[in-house]
Order: sequence, then C-alpha cells, then structure tokens
Amino acid sequence: METLELDIVKQENLIYEKPRLMNDNPMHYCPGCSHGVVHKLIAEVIDEMGMEEKTIGIAPVGCAVFAYNYLDIDWIEAAHGRAPAVATAVKRLNPNKMVFTYQGDGDLAAIGTAETIHACNRGENIVIVFINNAIYGMTGGQMAPTTLLDMQTSTCPYGRKVELNGYPLKISDLLALLDGTCLVTRQAVHTATAVRRAKRTLRKAFENSMARKGTSVVEFVSNCPSGWKLTPEQANQWMIKNMFPKYPLGDLKDI
Amino acid sequence: MAEEVKLMKGNEAIAHAAIRYGTDGYFGYPITPQSEIMETLMDEKPWETTGMVVLQAESEIAAINMLYGGAACGKRVMTSSSSPGISLKQEGISYMAGAELPALIVNVMRGGPGLGTIQPSQADYFQAVKGGGHGDYRLITLAPASVQEMADHVALAFDLAFKYNNPAMILADGVIGQMMEKVILPEQRPRKTEEEIRREQTWATLGKTKDRKPNIITSLELDSSIMEHNNIRFQNKYKQIEENEVIFEELLCDDAEYLIVAFGSAARISQKAVELAREEGMKVGLFRPVTLWPFPKKRLKSYSEKIKGILTVELNAGQMVEDVRLAVECKVPVNHYGRLGGIVPTPDEVVEELMKLK
Repeated sequence: METLELDIVKQENLIYEKPRLMNDNPMHYCPGCSHGVVHKLIAEVIDEMGMEEKTIGIAPVGCAVFAYNYLDIDWIEAAHGRAPAVATAVKRLNPNKMVFTYQGDGDLAAIGTAETIHACNRGENIVIVFINNAIYGMTGGQMAPTTLLDMQTSTCPYGRKVELNGYPLKISDLLALLDGTCLVTRQAVHTATAVRRAKRTLRKAFENSMARKGTSVVEFVSNCPSGWKLTPEQANQWMIKNMFPKYPLGDLKDI
Repeated sequence: MAEEVKLMKGNEAIAHAAIRYGTDGYFGYPITPQSEIMETLMDEKPWETTGMVVLQAESEIAAINMLYGGAACGKRVMTSSSSPGISLKQEGISYMAGAELPALIVNVMRGGPGLGTIQPSQADYFQAVKGGGHGDYRLITLAPASVQEMADHVALAFDLAFKYNNPAMILADGVIGQMMEKVILPEQRPRKTEEEIRREQTWATLGKTKDRKPNIITSLELDSSIMEHNNIRFQNKYKQIEENEVIFEELLCDDAEYLIVAFGSAARISQKAVELAREEGMKVGLFRPVTLWPFPKKRLKSYSEKIKGILTVELNAGQMVEDVRLAVECKVPVNHYGRLGGIVPTPDEVVEELMKLK
C-alpha cells in the first residue's frame, strides 16, 4: 500500500479519475468505439447531479444491450426499439425519478421509430441518448436507416442506393419539429473539446427532464471501427469527412 | 369508496375494479369490443383520486412495453385489448415472462383470424394457454363468465401475478365484455407506496440505494448454461402454479352421467343447456374451468371413471377440447361443439349436441 503515499494520488493532486458510477466489468465494446466515452459522460453527469439513487436507465437492443453491465444504477433492458415506451411508463409512474433511454440508430430510427416519435411528441420528461454510427454493429455490420448513400455494409455490399434503400434518415431533424421536444442536439466525442461540449449538453438534457420541460434528444454522431472496417483513427477521420456533412453537429432545437 | 352494487358492462366493471384494486397504471390502445375499459378509466379520472396513471398509447406494442417498464418498477400495471391487438402484444408478454414481471393483460376476444370480426369468440385459447409469444413460458389465464367475475378477476389476476412474478391474463370474450349485469364493486384499496414496493418487490428498478446492488430487469442471458438454469427455474415455478392455483366451478356434477366442459360465455349458455337437458331426463353437469392455465386436469381426470361422455362447448373450432381429452386420457368420449367467426350458439343447439353423446 506504499504507492498510496505517493503525492500523485493525494486527493488535492487529483485532476481526473474514473467515474464513481462506472464499475470494473470488462467492456465488450470494440477499441475506438464512441460508446465507452458516452457511457463515461452519463456516469459523470448522474453522479455530479447527485441523482444516482433516482436514476433509471433503459437499455436497447444492439451494441449497447449490455449498458447495464457498466453503470452502477438501476436498469431495464427493453425489447428492440421499445425503450421510449418503457421509459414513458417508468417516468409517468415515478415522476420524481430521472429516466433516460440509450439507443442506437437501428433501435431508435428503424424498428422503434413509432415509439421514438410518439414519446417525443407527448413530451415525455425523459432523455433519449442516441448513438448514430450508421450501421448495425451488434449483428455484424448491416445497413441502418442512417447508413450514408454509397456506404458499404454487409446488406448493401455495393453501397446504399436510393432506388433500393431510400435515403439516410435524419431522425433528429424530424424530432426537432415536434412540439414535445425541448432540446434536440447532435454531438460527437472524437476530440477533447467535443467531449467537454457533449457533457455540458448531456447535463442540460438531464436537467430538462427533471424540470419537466419535455423530451431531450442527444444524438451522438459516432464511429464504428469494426463495422466500418477501419482503425479507430481512420474511423474518426472517415466520420469527420463523411458523417458530419450529412449529420452536422450542433443544437437543432434548444428552448 | 365503499363497496357498491351497480349495473354495468363487463368492460366497465374491469375499469372500476382496477381503480378500486389500487392499480398504478393502465396503458392501452382502442379496439372493439373492449374500448369501454379505457373510456371508463378516462371518464373516472383516477389520477385525481388514487393517483393511477391512465395513458392511451400509440399502439398495442407501445402499450405492452409501457407495461414492461411499469412492471419493472414493481408497480401494479395493466393493459387491455382484443384479439388482433393481443397478437401484437405477444413479444412483450414473452419478455415479461422471461424477465419474471407481474402484470395484468385483458383480452376481450373477438373472431379471427386476421382482422376477423368484432363479434365474440374464444379462438385465442391456444394463444393464451400454450404461450402465444416465443420461448417456453406460461401465462396465468383466467376466464370470467360474468360481469361480477370481470371485476373479481382483476384482483385475482394481480394477486397471482405478484405471488409468482409472472404476467397474468383475463381471457374474456365479447359477450362477457359487452353484457350488463349486477356487480358488487369492492371497496377502494390504497395504492402501494414506494416504500412498500421497495420492501416487497426487492427486484424493482426504483433507483439504486446504497444498501443494495443495481437492480437489472432483463430477459437476456448469453451464457446458455445460465439460460438453461433460468428456464428450469421458470418451469419449477409453473409446476408450483399448476399444483396450487387451479380454480374451477362445478354445477350439478355429483350425479352427472355426462359433462359439459365450457368456459366464459360458452359456460353461461351451457348452464341453460344443462337445465334443458335435465328436463328431458339426461343427467348432465357443467364443469367450468376458471383458470384455463393452470388447467384443472386432475379434477377432470377424476370424472373419467364415473361418466359416459363429455361435450366441450367453445366459441372456436375446438381448442380447449384438446386439453380435456388429455386430462381424461381418452378414457371417455369427448366431443366438441363450437360456433365460429363471431356466432354464439343457442342452448338448444348445445342440447342437440348433448343428445349425440348417448
């Protein structure tokens, strides 16, 4: 225990530490994936708001299906796409709790489109954290509703074509039109600056839910190194070059 | 609210009984012939009295997943629908069985398949008692045969669901939902407080307190050896339910040479048929399963040595008849009589079928 005596671990010298609400379970996420950073930000925000004992997370089906293994709060694992419906009941039956969903693009913008739109339109006082990496990661890289035109996936190996698959779905733009949403924003976690901005926005979203301002949607434009078959660094560069023009970062709505 | 005697529809009785039971939430989507349930709740505004949440969802799928969320919090939550809508809910029911969540689902059956008809039917028997969703699971299934039972089964279904942490269904039909009868509504019970739920449903996701680990509600387990273990636990629970919770009603069965086995509205019609047949000298009794699952197979088996024949009367092409034949191990002839597609048989038709047993 001699190392504990080192100056660097003295409380007054600490400038960074692992979020208290993140446990030591080994993460199943691929190296370089955005999920880990977003998990960390949510853990920090819940802790800093002092809401650990009042927060209930709703996990999706997809890469984040095991989100409940990493954050030490109460979790409900929902059926594919139904997290906003599950969250609706949790919040309505427990108005003093802080409730959020954590969903990918397939979960939120394909199979769960109806639940997403109607929860937002009712202005449920929840936070929807939306990871958009334009691909189905968990099942091995199939086309998602947000897959870019000409982007190759295992179910559009020749690239996404309009005549066959239609257009990438800009679901956040759609959600921003609904009267029930109070904050709809696109963030990323590829640089330190972006991470800091994203955390401030997440905090605002969670505060909105407790202030009963309506639904807050925080989209994270994300990478998928494994699904995109790129290194983490290449994936971030590809995201900047191809994803950001289609899904520009910034607030779509903030009232 | 004290105990009250009222004249009302079966659907309305369910709504009133739900409020008086201290239900925390109702989540539904309109469909004939059960829309009066949500309409009555909206009319009664229980959020102003007991604090019960009533929400019209965007679909049956959303409603059943709202139920999943509410049940995960240890709340008393319910939904209602009719046959096509119940089909949409099957995925969610399977998830609740897999996550061992208690909740009440009401199915006021109409004729199918497909969009079918809005008239009464009992053609969802298989779906309810054999597991309509995916995976090896059982749904506690109650079959009310009167408006009074529509009210009483709300409490019974919730009590059983919470005793075994399993979803329960009231399997009614359009006749029982729409007909008006006298009903005694129970006195108002208080809703459970959060403290009570935390104490009784220690698994509920109401926020992690410092004295326990996070509660996680899921049906997912990738390790198949653990998943098999979970399944064995479910099966043991189902065995316990089959041992302890069978309910049935017997009318004039003591001296009976023949039995009618029928549930729900078919049992009401059969009751008159028994009377008519006895007037003609045929010793007939009525055996009415109240729990369709667990099915009263032991009791039925006990009749197999004593009687000459059984007629099942159902508003379907012959579903429960399979369970009756299994119960009596084919030791006595078991005939089926059913009308299909929303047609309700008359007592005379049933008597005619009874005579064929002779």
